Amino acid sequence: MLLRAFLFVSIAVVSCASIAQDEGLPAFKQLDSMEARVQGCVTCHGQSGQGTQDGYFPRIAGKPAAYLYNQLVAFRDLSRKYPPMNYLVAYLPDAYLREIADHFSKQRPAYAPREQGAVDAATLERGRILATTGDAAKGIPPCISCHGAALTGMNPGIPGLVGLRPTYVAAQLVRWRVGDRHAAEPDCMKRIASRLSDADVTAVASWLSRQDAPAEASPESSNLVRMPFACGSQQ
Amino acid sequence: MSLGKTALRLIAAAVIAVAAIAAFIAWQQPGLLPVDPRAVAPSPTTQVITTGEYLARAGDCVACHTAPGGREFAGGRAMPTPFGALYVPNITPDDETGIGQWTADDFYRMMHTGVSRDGTLLYPAMPFASYTKVTRADSDAIYAYLMSVPPVKQKNRPHELKFPFNNRDLLIGWRTLYFQQGEYVPDPSQSPQWNRGAYLVQGLGHCSMCHTAINALGGSSESKAFEGGMIPNQNWYAPSLTSNREAGLGNWEIKDITDLLQIGVSHRGTVYGPMAEVVYNSLQYLTDEDVTAMAVYLKALPQRDSEPPPTSQARLVQPEVMELGRKVYARQCAMCHGNEGKGFPPAYPPLAGNQSITMATPVNPIRMVLNGGYPPGTRKNPRPHGMPPFAHILDDNEVSAVVTYIRVAWDNSGTPVTPAEANALRKLLPE
Repeated sequence: MLLRAFLFVSIAVVSCASIAQDEGLPAFKQLDSMEARVQGCVTCHGQSGQGTQDGYFPRIAGKPAAYLYNQLVAFRDLSRKYPPMNYLVAYLPDAYLREIADHFSKQRPAYAPREQGAVDAATLERGRILATTGDAAKGIPPCISCHGAALTGMNPGIPGLVGLRPTYVAAQLVRWRVGDRHAAEPDCMKRIASRLSDADVTAVASWLSRQDAPAEASPESSNLVRMPFACGSQQ
Repeated sequence: MSLGKTALRLIAAAVIAVAAIAAFIAWQQPGLLPVDPRAVAPSPTTQVITTGEYLARAGDCVACHTAPGGREFAGGRAMPTPFGALYVPNITPDDETGIGQWTADDFYRMMHTGVSRDGTLLYPAMPFASYTKVTRADSDAIYAYLMSVPPVKQKNRPHELKFPFNNRDLLIGWRTLYFQQGEYVPDPSQSPQWNRGAYLVQGLGHCSMCHTAINALGGSSESKAFEGGMIPNQNWYAPSLTSNREAGLGNWEIKDITDLLQIGVSHRGTVYGPMAEVVYNSLQYLTDEDVTAMAVYLKALPQRDSEPPPTSQARLVQPEVMELGRKVYARQCAMCHGNEGKGFPPAYPPLAGNQSITMATPVNPIRMVLNGGYPPGTRKNPRPHGMPPFAHILDDNEVSAVVTYIRVAWDNSGTPVTPAEANALRKLLPE
């Protein structure tokens, strides 16, 4: 009986994995379409930008078009460094990068299941506080004050944080802190990341990855709220 | 009778009315603008600068003399070589840090002899062994263009070369061995088109910098011209242009060659990596006439295979490797490249009969499977189709099996590759 249950579980896990991986397999209906042109993205970011099994590659679907465009240009011009991306977009002109960004910003695929792995309650609570109320004593504004009340981002330049895996979020925060990743000046994320401890980074990345998918995945319009810090990407 | 007269009058009135309407319409139609007496033909200066800009494109100066994200031609870009890092100099017309003080004579001497204004010998990363073929008039035009771009004050960074290569006296020896000075001399037995192509390929195009093997001394021998070679520090193989087993163009249509050079994609193959850079920064801007001339010259290069085709023994593949390769191909590759390897050219290149897949060294196809790639976005193909990376999905056995599969399937004449070869390239960062 136990063996049978184990077998069932392993089969379920295997088939889940293969379904998830199919999302990253090349596929298109029409050759002359954006869908066919962006096949270069799908093994890491999924057919519709929903992300894949691999925890490091982020969901890009539904992020603001201007944010995605800024990242593509930064990868091309080496101001954001990640060799596989730098290589792929090295010789693509602005207009095409804008079109690719628009394409993925309009996608609304389903969200991947929430992260499950074990994290202690205190860590999650610290993450929740940082994300929703911030830490006034350390001068850290809450994530939701810029990334949207539902954490779906804000036009034009602020990405959604829902559906991102903790590995990816933690890596970005650390890279910001050490000056490896940066945004247009004034770089508000640099100010925030440099105030976060390692434990804060783990906490906020873990909490974010455990949030339910929002009912409406679109980013907020810009300037609905006054932002706590000035951000170059919003100007 | 009177009825007839009335009819005539009516017809006459109608004719006059139609003529009047036609005249009115004609009067309303915009015609040529009157000649503006202030408009002038481009001045000789403008013409020379425009020509110089075009020739600087043909020479791809911008690719090396501009740092990523930096100002155009301001230099500072690190160029890793097997001998250490070179930092490319500022060639904007800034008086202190650029070439603002240079004369057209200084510039021609540098292009023609590889000697800088102050007399120092240039390292051959500057392709003066090719640029020596450039005519004085073309050198002067490039000079005029460079003088016309905005000067940027940016100090040159000293090279970081290992001993003994940091001693420029060694260059005297290098020059004796590998440098032959002299402008291009047209071959009267060939057409003007062929000669124009030869001038561009051998001179400003500096194609031999990559497509001729570079030896341990950083030199390349004329007898091996265009026979292909590994590009130092970039880990891409620049295929032979003289071997039909590699990128020899003997059996290519001229249109496929010009498409590859100017558009970046063709019905025979697609450019990626360092060649994508050349198309993006240089070749896409050349005129149809010049690209066709280059194609005519390249197609006419004598074909001389330096190695015999692989024996049937060397082409043997273990059945289980073939089966694994076939499986991976069907799952990951067939969508775009087709079950028969025909692709959807020019969007997705064919793999069957594609020389870049089957050539002796499997470096390029392995790298493509690992890292994917986008062809350059060019004026005639601004929205290229891309290939995704598979490094994170396929292990070394699967990568080598699928590369083996595409090298031998569909009558392709390649040889199997090993997991170790895939592994060696996996460890490198894509460039």
